[in-house]
Amino acid sequence: MAQVTLRKIVKEYEGGVQAVKGIDLDIADHEFVVLVGPSGCGKSTTLRMIAGLEEISGGDIMIGGSVVNDVPPRDRDIAMVFQNYALYPHMSVFDNMAFGLMLRKFPKDEIKRRVDNAARILDIVPLLERKPKALSGGQRQRVAMGRAIVRAPKVFLFDEPLSNLDAKLRVQMRTEIKKVHQTVRTTTIYVTHDQVEAMTLADRVVVMNHGIIEQVGPPQELYHNPATRFVAGFIGSPAMNFLPARVENDRVHLHGDAWLPIPEARRARYASAVGRDLLFGIRPEHLTDQRLGLPNRADILITPEVIEPMGMETLVHFHLGEARDCCARIEPTVHAAPGEPILLTADMNNMHLLDAATGRVL
Amino acid sequence: MNLAANIHGSLRAERRWALIIAYVSLCAAVVIFLLPPVYMLITSLKTNAEMSNLQGNPWLVRSPTLEHYGTILGNPLFLTFFWNSIKVTVLTVIVTMVISVLAAFALARMRFWGSQALATGVFLTYLVPDTLLFIPLYQIVGGLGLLNSTWGLVLVYPTLTVPFCTWIMIGYFASIPKELDEAALIDGATWSQMLLKIFIPVALPGIIAATIFAFTVSWAAFVYPTAFITTPDQMPLTIGVVSTLVRGDTFAWGQIMAGALLAALPPVVVYAFLMDYYIAGLTAGATKG
Amino acid sequence: MPDSMTAAVSAPRGPESGAGGGLRRLARRRSTIAFLMTLPLICVIVGLVAYPAAYAVYLSTLNRRMDGFAGLLQFEILVDNETFWLVVWQSCLFAISAVLAKALIGFWLAHMLHHIPTKGQRKWRGMLLIPWVIPPALSTLGWWWMYDPTYSSLNWILAIFAVPAVPWLGEPWWARISVIMVNVWYGAPFFMIMYLAALKSVPEQLYEAAAIDGATSWQRLRHITLPMMQNIISITVLFSLIVTFANYDIVRVLTNGGPRDLTHVFATYAFQVGILSGNIPRGAAVSLFMLPALAVFAYFILRGVNRRNREMA
Repeated sequence: MAQVTLRKIVKEYEGGVQAVKGIDLDIADHEFVVLVGPSGCGKSTTLRMIAGLEEISGGDIMIGGSVVNDVPPRDRDIAMVFQNYALYPHMSVFDNMAFGLMLRKFPKDEIKRRVDNAARILDIVPLLERKPKALSGGQRQRVAMGRAIVRAPKVFLFDEPLSNLDAKLRVQMRTEIKKVHQTVRTTTIYVTHDQVEAMTLADRVVVMNHGIIEQVGPPQELYHNPATRFVAGFIGSPAMNFLPARVENDRVHLHGDAWLPIPEARRARYASAVGRDLLFGIRPEHLTDQRLGLPNRADILITPEVIEPMGMETLVHFHLGEARDCCARIEPTVHAAPGEPILLTADMNNMHLLDAATGRVL
Repeated sequence: MNLAANIHGSLRAERRWALIIAYVSLCAAVVIFLLPPVYMLITSLKTNAEMSNLQGNPWLVRSPTLEHYGTILGNPLFLTFFWNSIKVTVLTVIVTMVISVLAAFALARMRFWGSQALATGVFLTYLVPDTLLFIPLYQIVGGLGLLNSTWGLVLVYPTLTVPFCTWIMIGYFASIPKELDEAALIDGATWSQMLLKIFIPVALPGIIAATIFAFTVSWAAFVYPTAFITTPDQMPLTIGVVSTLVRGDTFAWGQIMAGALLAALPPVVVYAFLMDYYIAGLTAGATKG
Repeated sequence: MPDSMTAAVSAPRGPESGAGGGLRRLARRRSTIAFLMTLPLICVIVGLVAYPAAYAVYLSTLNRRMDGFAGLLQFEILVDNETFWLVVWQSCLFAISAVLAKALIGFWLAHMLHHIPTKGQRKWRGMLLIPWVIPPALSTLGWWWMYDPTYSSLNWILAIFAVPAVPWLGEPWWARISVIMVNVWYGAPFFMIMYLAALKSVPEQLYEAAAIDGATSWQRLRHITLPMMQNIISITVLFSLIVTFANYDIVRVLTNGGPRDLTHVFATYAFQVGILSGNIPRGAAVSLFMLPALAVFAYFILRGVNRRNREMA
């Protein structure tokens, strides 16, 4: 009984600015949902409205089946992990974790049992007597999570919890959070601007932009079948290439005078798009060094501008017609140098066509 | 190579000179700044005979004595002054801290109608000097029948302390990250629990600084007691030492100095032990406000 | 919450109805609590500052016996009074010269303190702040004794350098200088502490960048330190102008207006006229004459503080 439902949630600030423009979302019990989007897209506001820290201007929020619009945060049975951890600096780790239980008048031994249990899950037992000041960033993060876990709430809310950590620790804590969720199975809503975090953690990802939900779905679906140009460009790194194009005679005609054959399976789907202004979308990983023998491939000749060797792969940046800053991924063993033309292969099974005007993926 | 060495050498010389100038200036300043209190101490240790002797160096004590301290501490009036000062100061500090912590919490965290104007008002009242208010307050305190009473002082001293203490407490509270109260809200804290269990402990350095400020200001207050108190048994130390002891015979200097030093002792002791808080409170008004 | 559940299931509602009502009620309750929490403060501000200030205006319009309205009579009498103009002039002289000296000495010392190794700074700072810590009424007693015409220990020091004895408090000009000296002694440490805090808030990288850009130490002071400290300098100076302008303790203890009422400042004169001579209306009028100057200073301080807040935000 800890599903979370948003019905036409609106957040309007004084002066009529809408940060959240009427979103609907159903989150199932035990689900791990990540809200992702650029800064200012309304994801944090949405989370804070679920927490009750922000008043809603319209719509309904239901937690565990009951409307909580009017319920103050402390009675919503939620726990939240903040970006800057928000640990109480004057309390020991134990007291930080126990504070919520203490305010709810839990018996002492029950508090101790719960804190010890959470500390074991998070591997912070030796830190219990320390003050937050004496902890590293990763340890503070664990304590912040511990504070949420001991409460055994209906819902965990995470507000960019890893943004203050360095890159290495972030990857480590990401795994940690996933592990904890697999252990405690509490419904989790997680906000981040980092699409990698979103992809790796989520059961379902909610991509938000300008106060609306662009698309909701499992990570793989968002990656392979983005609904809009925004999602296609936001998920995946480096981002998908978009090249102005038209469809003619079962081929995609790029404005660099390249003609790429559309795979047979997709021809019917694109029939209606003939003659319209389109964008041809292809991810760098589907635009590689020339490989013969792949089905549904198409070759494009480009001139690299910048070569970035990454070790396991090499990124080639180039421009094609009006499309600047295109990117391809090639094998590190393949020779490439700036200014020397190279033949790339597009995997047409993974191509996308978008309506240039609406940004919808066809 | 040579040139580089030269530049290096001159840079070092320049730095050394800067350091020498700095130390010379600081030494001179310390000597001048400490001259009066040291001379007070010297005077308080001299016998009356030695003091009236115009021969020799007045900055030296030939036969140190504690007789002035003995006399002054044996003077019941002086002890009354001390007790009055303690009473007024302690009450003022308590009243001040309660008023300003409550108000600062509300002003820093709960936006409400007129809160911005009130914060500005607090700052403006801080700028109103006591010498502008003592005449009307004299009438008001007199009207309440509190002239010549330490209670009259407890009533008016908050005008000296509350605005500044509120102001710096607003600064301290505002510097507590907003997420901390949100975390407390979610943890289930009420407003009073948030104030008592989160804000006051976290802003403890600010509370100490404000308390020290309130203490030193009430202890040193001079205009109000001078205006409102004329009966010696209700006088606090400052005005007591200045008016009553000075009235005595010409050579009461030893006693006056001993009394003044003893009277100055509490703030100096507080300062000696809590210097960092003292300075933090002093500078908070400008750097935070 | 069974009722809200049924409400949610029943009809679709407009975005305004009910949504957030509870939180809004909570917010309303919060303003009530906030108001109650600030009530004692409001009482202090209104009852002990605003009301007395207005009451002072009322008092100043009464006649000598305080039983009738006298209009601006008290002010007219003061404007025709020679001693009063001396007080005005003296207060201005006192405030401006003392604040100037305090600011310069404080700035110099702050700079010196900032330049010595950090671990020694605490000790020096601790000693240099002593004058500010001692209640001024008491430390002025020490100065009074050092200024004593017969036993002046200052004159004894001057005599070593063959300087003739100075009539510190006996002659009006020397008395004025004596008062200013004590005030500078008392207030310079405050400026030093404020400026030191400001100096420490200037990021070290700025100096490093300027040094690499080839700035001399004078240019660094002129183009980095001073602009960065500008606001604190002006706030401190204006604030000190108010306090010094309204100062009472030092003049009261040292000269008490003498010799021959020639060294009064506003505060001591108001005290003399209002409390000691019992002419409350005229005393109120004297202290009200401070108001215009103080209001101007306060206006500029507030502007500086607001500007600073905006910069820091």
